[in-house]
Amino acid sequence: MADSTPSTPPDEERRGNAVQRFYAAFESPPRRRALHLLLLAILVVTPWLASQYMTVILTNALLYVVLCLGLNVVVGYAGLLDLGYAAFFAVGAYTIGILTQQFGINFWAAIPFALAAAALAGVIIGGPTLRLRSDYLAIVTLGFGEIVRFSARNLEITGGASGLSHIPEPTLLGWYIDSAIDFYYVFAVLAVLAYIASQRLFDSRLGRAWRYVRHDEDAAEAMGINRVAVKLAAYITGAIFGALGGIFFAVNLGAISPESFSFQQSVLILLAVVLGGMGKIPGVILGAFIVVLGPELLRDFGTLRLLVFAVLLLLIMLFRPSGIWPEKRS
Amino acid sequence: MTPTTTADTTVAPTSSRGEVRLSITDVDAFYGRIQALRGVSLDVCRGEIVTLLGSNGAGKSTTLKTISGLVRTSRGDIQLEGQSIKRLAAHQIARRGVVHVPEGRRILRGLSVRENLELGAFTVRDGALRGRRLAEVYALFPILHERRHQDASLLSGGQQQMLAMGRALMHGPSVMLLDEPSMGLAPKLVTEIMRIIRRLNEAGTTILLVEQNARLALRLAHYAYVIENGAIRLQGEAARLREDASVVKAYLGLAE
Repeated sequence: MADSTPSTPPDEERRGNAVQRFYAAFESPPRRRALHLLLLAILVVTPWLASQYMTVILTNALLYVVLCLGLNVVVGYAGLLDLGYAAFFAVGAYTIGILTQQFGINFWAAIPFALAAAALAGVIIGGPTLRLRSDYLAIVTLGFGEIVRFSARNLEITGGASGLSHIPEPTLLGWYIDSAIDFYYVFAVLAVLAYIASQRLFDSRLGRAWRYVRHDEDAAEAMGINRVAVKLAAYITGAIFGALGGIFFAVNLGAISPESFSFQQSVLILLAVVLGGMGKIPGVILGAFIVVLGPELLRDFGTLRLLVFAVLLLLIMLFRPSGIWPEKRS
Repeated sequence: MTPTTTADTTVAPTSSRGEVRLSITDVDAFYGRIQALRGVSLDVCRGEIVTLLGSNGAGKSTTLKTISGLVRTSRGDIQLEGQSIKRLAAHQIARRGVVHVPEGRRILRGLSVRENLELGAFTVRDGALRGRRLAEVYALFPILHERRHQDASLLSGGQQQMLAMGRALMHGPSVMLLDEPSMGLAPKLVTEIMRIIRRLNEAGTTILLVEQNARLALRLAHYAYVIENGAIRLQGEAARLREDASVVKAYLGLAE
């Protein structure tokens, strides 16, 4: 049929600049498998080579990987801005803290309750915000994050402003999970699970529904996609990732306080997701590592390190406005 | 016989038109405090192409949106095969086979042509059926097959319209609501789109077509309604409306 637009051959357009080709090099299945094995090996070996201090930092980075992949489901997959994601992290941490420390429930038995509490929180935040768009949604989620933090600070059961301490360490088959290396491995397993779950979700029917709703929710609904259910599923999934991070965060530190779950925390997680590339799993993981390791690597700058870090972040966003490793090359 | 005006005279008997598939009865719609529809009634019968004509802002698109559940009605009823769909959510209405191809096509930018088509078949769980539908759409619109891997936003206006229609076909609709498919297209492409609409109709799809291009729509449709200021002013068989030059001129302002 006659038409005015010249057709470009598909491969012409898929090529691109050097950075894009570099990323594309990882996308063939055998190379990906090789890369996975390599990264897994590095993940396993690292704590034996790194100092205790570095292991602790890396453990924190792995926690952020879990949190960022969770927020990525909400922000990257479903396109819903969330400025209060730390709330889900808090719900997981506090539920496990309260159940194990105050009610003496076994850690592993308490996990399902913590996850259920987070899922419920997901419904509570999701429900009223479903009809809101971008900026309104941002305000409501921000408010939700603050409500959770203020509740934690003012309730008796959460220990008020000083929080909960002496959260018992979990045991697994008689083995106490307590050293820095133990927790490194716990978070490594969580990060790998979060990675696999993210990948599966991305390829799933629900993942496609998120993609369609993110692009145009009216068009998606006109084709029979239930936008309410799909968005709720995104919040619940994100909440469960966040709560998992929170659960192990609480037992790792043994103490939690409301200040661990501030607005700044939410922003930092969102920053990592946006910096890395919303929706793109390797990008988000990279973002999590940069946000945690960046300030550590810049310690030589002394008091200026956060300023230098901020300038670096600005530069990254200037040169790669859709993230370091974005989902779509446009 | 002249076409009937609904305001005061009786409506032309629908018995000659066959079985009613979609019927709107006395529907009002509001955008905030502004009333967009005032007691609109219309029927679409099995196998028909019905066109809804009118000028900008007359309420054409709003009528389609109330049918597909994007705009809520405050009064009146909307029935599909005799069952009220007025209170259903948009996605539930779509699942009953009523598919809306909105004005401006609503192509998903950043997704490929093929991904756009797959959105249409999202609710079809049978993979083989999805494959068959995709093959049918590609046969109907070969250009979409050619460009299946491209970003849909790179398509021309005409191709985007084809994509929007192809996406609707992937859904396997029993009733298709088409909102201004000719808008912004070159005359040659308009003819092509109209030819395809006729073909879809002959293949069994019931169509409600909203158009500003009345001349074209009346050539294609079996039955026509004219809407003005949110109310149906005129209705009748398309062939009759087309011939009645004075009426067409008065209501549609066609100077040709």
